[in-house]
This record gives sequence, structure tokens and C-alpha cells, in this order.
Amino acid sequence: MKVRLERVAIARSGDKGDAANVGVIALSPEAWNVIRDEVTAERVKAHFSRVCEGRVDRYELPNLFALNFLLHESLGGGGTVSLMLDAQGKTFAATLLQLEIDAPADVVEACDRVRSGEASGRPT
Amino acid sequence: MSERTVRVASGQGFWGDWQEAPRLQVRGGPIDYLMLDYLAEITMSILQKQRERDPSLGYARDFVPLVAGLAPELIAREIRVVSNAGGVNPEGCRSALFDALEEVPTSRPLQVAVVSGDDLMERLDSLLAAGHELRNMETGEPLASIRDRVQAANAYIGAAPIVEALAGNADVVITGRSTDTALTYAPLMFEHGWPADDWDRIAAGVVAGHINECGAQATGGNTLFDWRGVDLEAPGYPIIEMESNGEFVVTKHEELGGRVTWATVSEQLVYEMGDPVEYITPDCVADFSSIRLKDLGKDRVRITGVRGSPRTDMLKVSIAYRDGWKATGTLVYAGPDALAKASRADEVLRARLDRLGLHFEEIRTEYVGAGACAGLAPDELSAAVRDAIPEVELRVGVRGRERDAVERFTRELAPLILAGPPTVTGFAAGRPRVQEVMAYWPALIDRTAVENELRVEVRHA
Repeated sequence: MKVRLERVAIARSGDKGDAANVGVIALSPEAWNVIRDEVTAERVKAHFSRVCEGRVDRYELPNLFALNFLLHESLGGGGTVSLMLDAQGKTFAATLLQLEIDAPADVVEACDRVRSGEASGRPT
Repeated sequence: MSERTVRVASGQGFWGDWQEAPRLQVRGGPIDYLMLDYLAEITMSILQKQRERDPSLGYARDFVPLVAGLAPELIAREIRVVSNAGGVNPEGCRSALFDALEEVPTSRPLQVAVVSGDDLMERLDSLLAAGHELRNMETGEPLASIRDRVQAANAYIGAAPIVEALAGNADVVITGRSTDTALTYAPLMFEHGWPADDWDRIAAGVVAGHINECGAQATGGNTLFDWRGVDLEAPGYPIIEMESNGEFVVTKHEELGGRVTWATVSEQLVYEMGDPVEYITPDCVADFSSIRLKDLGKDRVRITGVRGSPRTDMLKVSIAYRDGWKATGTLVYAGPDALAKASRADEVLRARLDRLGLHFEEIRTEYVGAGACAGLAPDELSAAVRDAIPEVELRVGVRGRERDAVERFTRELAPLILAGPPTVTGFAAGRPRVQEVMAYWPALIDRTAVENELRVEVRHA
């Protein structure tokens, strides 16, 4: 089914100079397999086409069920050079979670149960 | 080697963080160390400017009344403080603390250490003359090209001087540009007696430091998992319980708010991350992909398996240099047609700047309330969305080489109130302030060039 990334993952973003980092953490091991396939560097670059003028690097952290993205040339010069309202990319995490992905219905439903507290946290 | 657990509590994640947090950490249950992180890349240049205006300043002033006020409890509870509050003037920070302590009766004098030598500003020309080019890590340019505009230059230093200060019985350690993570792992190295080449355990300390360095961001602040469900009125900041083998638990004081779960800790772990396999610090290279995380429930998350590799021969240097001027101004336009009015005001403003012959390196217009954070332009919103926006803040910024041009820009916003599109408000704050741009110049330096000059001095008032 088509869902927004926020149904199966959480995220946090920040700045590294003129690059923004967005870390994405899956809500379950099954969701990790989904986001590893679905959330490619190319799709992230396209999703941030309005702000990201450089390349997108992607790193995997399988132990944490997480992906890390570095969006180069995305913060208007970064630091105090930038004229951007969000010069530190703090809101990029929530923006990336609006990305539409394809995920099996049972994986999405299991993530909903993790989110609502019915499941006792993510299996590790 | 100690078998006991050492507790390092996070009390501040940046200069401006919640002042109650460190007090609650000290009073809310047992801790051994309180780490207070005040510095960000931009902070050093601000502090340098403050010291230029007044040579007694240049440190994080919040630190002084905070630690002076806590001094009797720190002594009674045997809690030691490690902080980079010293900024570009650690000695000045200690003097101010000693002054403040005169008003505070304590059972014995507080021993305060100052770590100095990370500030390269006064040695910059001799370093350049000795062949340290301090090339920009991103562009490869040598520092000589902007030497006359350098405002601050500090090496990121590691654990050794903090460990030395603690061995010298310091109750409080004040450093300059120590890395944020070293404020947590230096006490762990000292307490557990970890050798300086025990890369895996130091890397575990680095991970612990990364979790601690942003305060409540590891305990539910900013969480996207369940932000409605977290009690953030009085959040407990993170506490690291480190064992001698490098395994540790992240927790918080039980009676405080916030929460510690796999989600809150994972979110902080990926914050400001680059290549997770190469998290470079002065004391090791930590591999964040090796982290194993287990949620034990009841606000306890266990971290094991952290691997590290040897430190490099270089230290990172953070250099700030003056790079022109900027100003940002705002006006609020109310509906109907809020966005169209704001957009028209922007056209008028830009036309007036053109008529004045003002040129800037960049003019940026954002419409706050209409997709500014996502970088949306007005024409990217559907008509239905545009019509539904009740009001929007027009935000225009300029940056340029000439201060006069930026100054002139700041006088062009207010005229729009009477000589612009209708339904405008929100100008009570007055004319925008012209700010000097401090650009960031990351560089590397041979570590010996810095470490030979590091000094640790412990004394009491």
C-alpha cells in the first residue's frame, strides 16, 4: 500500500556546515527492510529538490534499523552565512517523513501498533 | 580498574538551554558528574566578539550563577562538574566564578581547574609561519587567503587535560573548545582507568557523550515518535550509567518528566551524524554502526557492542572569519489573499532596492506560514491551499559585502506599511538589525602543535 514514510519510521535532522543530515529510524525490523529498499538517495534528492543543490549521501546503520542521509548544499551556505529561516535543517526530518513509499499492509499495521503502544516497543 | 557504575548527567545542551535542568539533575537522585555543554560552532565567534569589547568576558555567563548556586550541594553530594563554559576565556570564567562564590558559604573551598591552550588566535601567525597551512577542509584553500578576517580559531581538544584536572582533585573543570562528547567520556576514562589506546571503550564513551550533549533531545525533546504523549514540562535530562567494560545504560531521574526509550535514544544517536562508521573525535574514531541498543523498559536503554579505532594524528580546528553583512526583516499580511499581498510587497521591495542601485550577494524571500521550511514558492501551492492561508509572514533577507547597502535595505521595509499592499501588520519590533556574517572555516592541524601548549591548572578561590 502507498503510505507516507511517517507511518513506518521516525526521523531527526540537523546541520553539518552547509549540509543537512536526516536520520531515519524504522519502527520495526520489517519496516527497516522496507525503508532500506524504498528510501533511496535519488528519491530523497528528488523530495528535497527545492532546497538541496548538491548530492545526497546515504549510509546504513542496520543495528539501529536506521538510514542516514547527508544532503549537501542545502542550507543556503550554512551557519550564520545562511539567510534561510531553517538554516540548520531542523525541520527536514518531518519533511522527509512526508515522502510517499510502498509498504506491505501488515508491516504498516504492525508499525501502527508500535506507535499506539499496543506492541511493547520495537523488538531488538 | 573500578567495577562500579559511573553516572554522568547531562545538564545543558547549548548556551541558552533550560536553567532548571542542571539543578534537577543534582537534586533528583544520585549522579557522579554533571556535564554542561555550552558551545556550538557559532558560539565561539560570538564569545570572541564579547571579549574584544570587554577582556574579562568571552565565556558562557550562565554558567557562573548556576555553579555558584549549586556549590554547597555539589560538595555535599560529591558531584563534580565538567564544562566547556570557558569559551575563549576559561580563566575569566573561573575568576567570575570565584567572585560569585564569595557570596556562597561552602563547607570547604571549591577546587576549580582551567584548561587552556585550545585557543589558537594569538598563535595563528606563528603557526602559519611554521608551515601549518590550515587549509579549508571543504575547499582546500589555505588560510592565508582570509587571514586578516579571522575572528576566532580554536582546536577541538579531547579528554587528556580533563582527566589531568580530575586527577588533580578538581571539583569543577572549565575548558575552552573541548569537544562536546569529551565532557562526558573524559570523566569515564578517569574513573574507570581506561588507557588512552582502549579504542572500543573510549568509543563507547563517545557514544555516551553524543547522547548527553544535546540534553533533553535524548529524553523525549523533539521526538517524532509520540510528541503528544511526552511530559515535557519538567523533563529529566539524560544520565549515563557506564560500567568499566564500556557497556552502559541511558536513563533519567525517575520522578522527572521526559522519557527514555529505544526511539528517543535512537533519534539523538542519528542527530548531526555524518558517516556513521567514521565518527572522528580527538581520542578515537567511533563506529556508530556497531552500536547495539536494547530497550529495558522503565526509562532504561542499554548500549553495548561499540567499536572504535585509533585516533588520527590531526585535530580539527574551528575558525570563524568575517564575511560581509546581512539583515533579515519581516512583515505580516493578513487575508483574504494574504499570500498574494505578501508576494506583491516583495516585488515592490525588490523594485525599490533596484532603483537605489543596491546590489547584494543574495536576496532571499520566504513566506512563513506558506511552506517556507519546505522551500516552497507561492506558485507551488494549490489555489485551494493559497486561499485557506489566514495570514503569512513575509521574510526577506539580504547578504552583501558592503555594510552600507545592507543598512539601506533595513530602511526599506517600514515604508511598505503605508506605501505597499494592504492588511499589513507585525512591524512592532522595528527596523531589522545589521549583523556581521561569521563564516566557518574547518581545518586540520598536527595534534602535537596544539597538545604541547595545553595547560591545566587547579586552584581554589
